[in-house]
Amino acid sequence: MSEMAEIRNYTINFGPQHPSAHGVLRLVLELDGEVVERADPHIGLLHRGTEKLAETRTWVQSVPYMDRLDYVSMMCNEHAYCMAIERLLGLEVPLRAQYIRVMFDEITRILNHLLAVGTHALDIGAMTMVLYTFREREDLMDAYEAVSGARMHAAYYRPGGVYRDLPDRMPQYEVSKWKSAKTVAELNENRQGSLLDFLEDFTSRFPKYVDEYETLLTDNRIWKQRTVGIGVVSPEKALALGFSGVMLRGSGIEWDIRKKQPYDVYGQLDFDIPVGVEGDCYDRYLCRIEEMRQSNRIVKQCIDWLRKNPGPVISGNHKVAPPSRERMKGSMEELIHHFKLFTEGMHVPAGEVYAPVEHPKGEFGVYAVSDGANKPYRLKLRSPGFAHLSAMDEMSRGHMIADVVAIIGTMDIVFGDVDR
Amino acid sequence: MSEKLERLSQSLADRFGEQLKEVIVARDEVTVIVAAADYFNIAQALRDEPEFRFEQLVDLTGLDYSSYSGAGARGRFAVSVHLLSVSKNQRLRLRTFADDDSFPVLSSLVDLWPSANWFEREAFDLFGITFAGHPDLRRILTDYGFVGYPFRKDFPVTGYVEMRYDQDLGRVIYQPVTIEPRENTPRIVRDENYGNVGNG
Repeated sequence: MSEMAEIRNYTINFGPQHPSAHGVLRLVLELDGEVVERADPHIGLLHRGTEKLAETRTWVQSVPYMDRLDYVSMMCNEHAYCMAIERLLGLEVPLRAQYIRVMFDEITRILNHLLAVGTHALDIGAMTMVLYTFREREDLMDAYEAVSGARMHAAYYRPGGVYRDLPDRMPQYEVSKWKSAKTVAELNENRQGSLLDFLEDFTSRFPKYVDEYETLLTDNRIWKQRTVGIGVVSPEKALALGFSGVMLRGSGIEWDIRKKQPYDVYGQLDFDIPVGVEGDCYDRYLCRIEEMRQSNRIVKQCIDWLRKNPGPVISGNHKVAPPSRERMKGSMEELIHHFKLFTEGMHVPAGEVYAPVEHPKGEFGVYAVSDGANKPYRLKLRSPGFAHLSAMDEMSRGHMIADVVAIIGTMDIVFGDVDR
Repeated sequence: MSEKLERLSQSLADRFGEQLKEVIVARDEVTVIVAAADYFNIAQALRDEPEFRFEQLVDLTGLDYSSYSGAGARGRFAVSVHLLSVSKNQRLRLRTFADDDSFPVLSSLVDLWPSANWFEREAFDLFGITFAGHPDLRRILTDYGFVGYPFRKDFPVTGYVEMRYDQDLGRVIYQPVTIEPRENTPRIVRDENYGNVGNG
């Protein structure tokens, strides 16, 4: 042939049903051969209007909606929401409740990073990783279940504290058609004591598991080829694009709300913040791995404190938190409090507040505007994934189409969080 | 009030003076309210000047004050911007009200902070606030071909149309909603300091 073959630019649809789109991401990619020229994410396929729904519910009724935002880090969402209400009320949270919250925030962080690293590896070809990480997620979800009754959508935090104290026994496996007595005995071995005993056993096992993940990935040649130098973001860019959390720290900016603007008891705990150097997918992976180790340290410290310090786990102000069942039955005033609280709900003074937390994915903030009613006037949820995904075009331009998957993975996109 | 907030609100007052309609310091947060005409210039100064250095736009959100019973509304539509200075470790809320209630327009901040891009698209999509100078003001969260601005207070929670698959026509159709709007718990505003909550 004398002429060169004609080269055309392609526009392709990636998703919304693509397995590595992490949910319902529709990505319109303009390609020049295999190189991405423009990426245009279409979002909103999971938009449920949580913010509008919250305007029609009382303050407490919206707590379970928070679980369904970022549905892999449930309790962190609840934490930001409860913190916003507490700041509007000027309410003190009992110290034990603060420790419980911090402990579960860190458990949630481990849960989230296990899923993030596991599925990121799965997306770009390391199948085994997800099998390892889901093994540990199981234990942590058992902890969720022991404390709240639900494996995922816990609705455990409340404005003013947490719903109830930690249980002193763990649920046990039972012998069935599928599980022999021997298997059940093995499974129940670390479930003989309280929830804290179970978690302590987990924290002592977990560093070894993280080592296992690292043997699978950290020096893996294929993993490095797929992540080193991919999706590089300079520190200035990362700030301008509104990045937070690991996406910001991976670019070398030392910023963590837990350290810089501590909330609850984070100021009294001992932990380090890992920071990346290059700002590529590999550095962000290393940050996540180290964050899991640090979270494990925090959980350990919380367990020690919680063992030594019993006390109330929810505010004693019955305009906000219900009285105990026992007292409700015995006193007229408490009965009225209970009735008013569950029919009308709490009243939050007029004003506005922005309560950010260091969510596993970045900065999750709740901006609540109240006009003094029993419902929010406006609730805006600032989700980290939304800001990260908006930089998709910036990050993937000039990369090969296969790297788009690596970039989605490193952003740790969850659609409940992006679309709200 | 902490010393840091005091310092920030003081330097804001010194720098901008009359341009600030209001400076509110409450609940460890500083809020400044500016006129729509000064919005862009003040935002630029907040980003660039060494005593502010707000490098990051954390959040931008539309607000509809049409049924707000508290104090402080200066128009129907407003935008609240949350700024963060990583180098100075401080936050600021910047709010501006659109002048025209029937066609709210504000300047876009995309040229200052690229992260404003999607947040402004969201405010446009949900509240119908237009941002002059935005490079790509499309709807973002609602369905393709959606009509109306769902987060406005006069838009019902149930919406106006629902979608279903029609067996006879063999395609998806839109029809008026068949569910009645209902309110399980009425909205009640009690007196100031009802129940003395803050002292618990």
